[in-house]
Amino acid sequence: MGKKQQELVIISGKGGTGKTSIVASFAALAGKCVMADCDVDAADLHLVLDPQVIRSESFSGGKRASVITERCTACGTCAEVCRFDAVTFDGPPNSRVEKTFRIDPVACEGCGVCSWFCEDDAIDFGPAVNGEWFVSETRHGPMVHARLGIAEENSGKLVSLVRKEAMNLAEERGIGLVVIDGSPGIGCPVIASITGADMVLVVTEPTVSGLHDLLRVADLTRHFATPAMVCINKWDLNPQVASEIEEQACKQGLRIAGKVRYDRAVTKAQINRLSVVEYQDNGCSGDIRSVWESVSSLMQST
Amino acid sequence: MRKIAIASGKGGTGKTTVATNLAAVASRNSIRVAYLDCDVEEPNGALFLRPQIEEKRPVNVSVPGVLEGMCTGCGLCREICQYGAVAVVNKNVLVFPGLCHGCAGCWMVCQTGALVESMRTIGRLEMGRADKVDFVQGILNIGEAMSPPVIRQVKEAAVDADLLIIDSPPGTSCPVIESIRDADYVVLVTEPTPFGLNDLVLAVETVRMLALPFGVVINRSDTGDGQTQDYCRKQDIEILAEIPDDRRVAEAYSRGELACDAVQDYSAVFASLVERLLKG
Repeated sequence: MGKKQQELVIISGKGGTGKTSIVASFAALAGKCVMADCDVDAADLHLVLDPQVIRSESFSGGKRASVITERCTACGTCAEVCRFDAVTFDGPPNSRVEKTFRIDPVACEGCGVCSWFCEDDAIDFGPAVNGEWFVSETRHGPMVHARLGIAEENSGKLVSLVRKEAMNLAEERGIGLVVIDGSPGIGCPVIASITGADMVLVVTEPTVSGLHDLLRVADLTRHFATPAMVCINKWDLNPQVASEIEEQACKQGLRIAGKVRYDRAVTKAQINRLSVVEYQDNGCSGDIRSVWESVSSLMQST
Repeated sequence: MRKIAIASGKGGTGKTTVATNLAAVASRNSIRVAYLDCDVEEPNGALFLRPQIEEKRPVNVSVPGVLEGMCTGCGLCREICQYGAVAVVNKNVLVFPGLCHGCAGCWMVCQTGALVESMRTIGRLEMGRADKVDFVQGILNIGEAMSPPVIRQVKEAAVDADLLIIDSPPGTSCPVIESIRDADYVVLVTEPTPFGLNDLVLAVETVRMLALPFGVVINRSDTGDGQTQDYCRKQDIEILAEIPDDRRVAEAYSRGELACDAVQDYSAVFASLVERLLKG
């Protein structure tokens, strides 16, 4: 192994199952951990943890092309070679032509092929700022978080960066655990957040969508050989689907970390900017505690 | 044809509920409807619309293929590739297809014919009918990182209809942009909680950047604080509908049933939303 720090990643497949509320409670229960918010395009953990930013950096995950209007001869090579329909013939006039080409920054994939083939050296291809990342202090320990710029690419790279910085911070401060809030789905940011992690906790809900998405996420964790456990949140909304999830999880070789009852206190805690376990001791807080205990004891034994 | 995208910053706010109920209710009111599930990482629309799938086809993307013995080791392919998807070792090209974005740069710059365009399957499309709704969904293969090419092909597979409903993935990054960029109107579904509001603000910034007209549906509208409603008023954003928290709806959802079938009153809620959306 070689690494002293352990990474626990909380993901869900389906969005809105309660990932972030569980992560915030884990942060409160862990005593000492580094938190990493890897849901970089819709980060919410900061709303509960009230981070005081001590360091902020800009993030450049790739490059972006733009036409230098005065050099464009309207030959159209850029539009021919672009595979992403990012080049349009509607740029402003210059001294030579009435219309120039223009690159839509949203559609541009940052491949640079247009700039390579442009014979007039009329395409600038330089680093793009895709977002920002931060190191903060919170009442439960340090936190690394980020904000991907609106409509930006490279979320996977930003996730990897946040994870790496969180691990560095943990090492620097002698903290043994990094708790990572992941994003929904199974695509690039999720893959970037789980590869090589010590444990994944999948938070699901007792709905047909929750079950469907859990099975896809289970395939994903298996694909990347990451150990995974399941937490069924709001299980009592449909006990029948909840037990079906338990059954299916068992078949997939996933351990059930626990079930958390539906409790309106989760929303109330959020409104009060607290984690549920800080907000109240009874109700679902006890359930979350026992999920935390089974996750942390399994992690300690590995 | 009117293209309506259903999106949200935060996941789990009720995008699929709104999209599938709109599709069902509109089709029952004699409107020709096509439903596209562009949440290709976790497509759930089929669980509610229960379509008969009539056609399946793979989603292929372009990647470089290597012809053995042709490489001279010039390294141009490695130089043009921005994604680290090609490496050159002793007159041998190595390709890492998972990193490739399909820009075609490497095989265009290759002078020796060692690299050629070839195809790789990253997912599939499924097409069919759900009652009167034309149904298309994209499914990204497990382990694949890039969903936008699948989303693009879902949209290309759309048939002609009066109302096209695009069920978008959550978030604000490239898969969302790919789903909503050419929509006529975007419905942002949110819930009135601090997380919901935070992500709604990001979603509003996104649709404003794309210069798309939009409105908001507040789901479980009586559960949070009033801040989401205040935000919409201050920003002059139209609230298209407020759907109160209803255990019957939540239970129907958990079983994969449409709210408009499970609870009588919801047919009318979605019918008036359809009317509003068709008006422009």
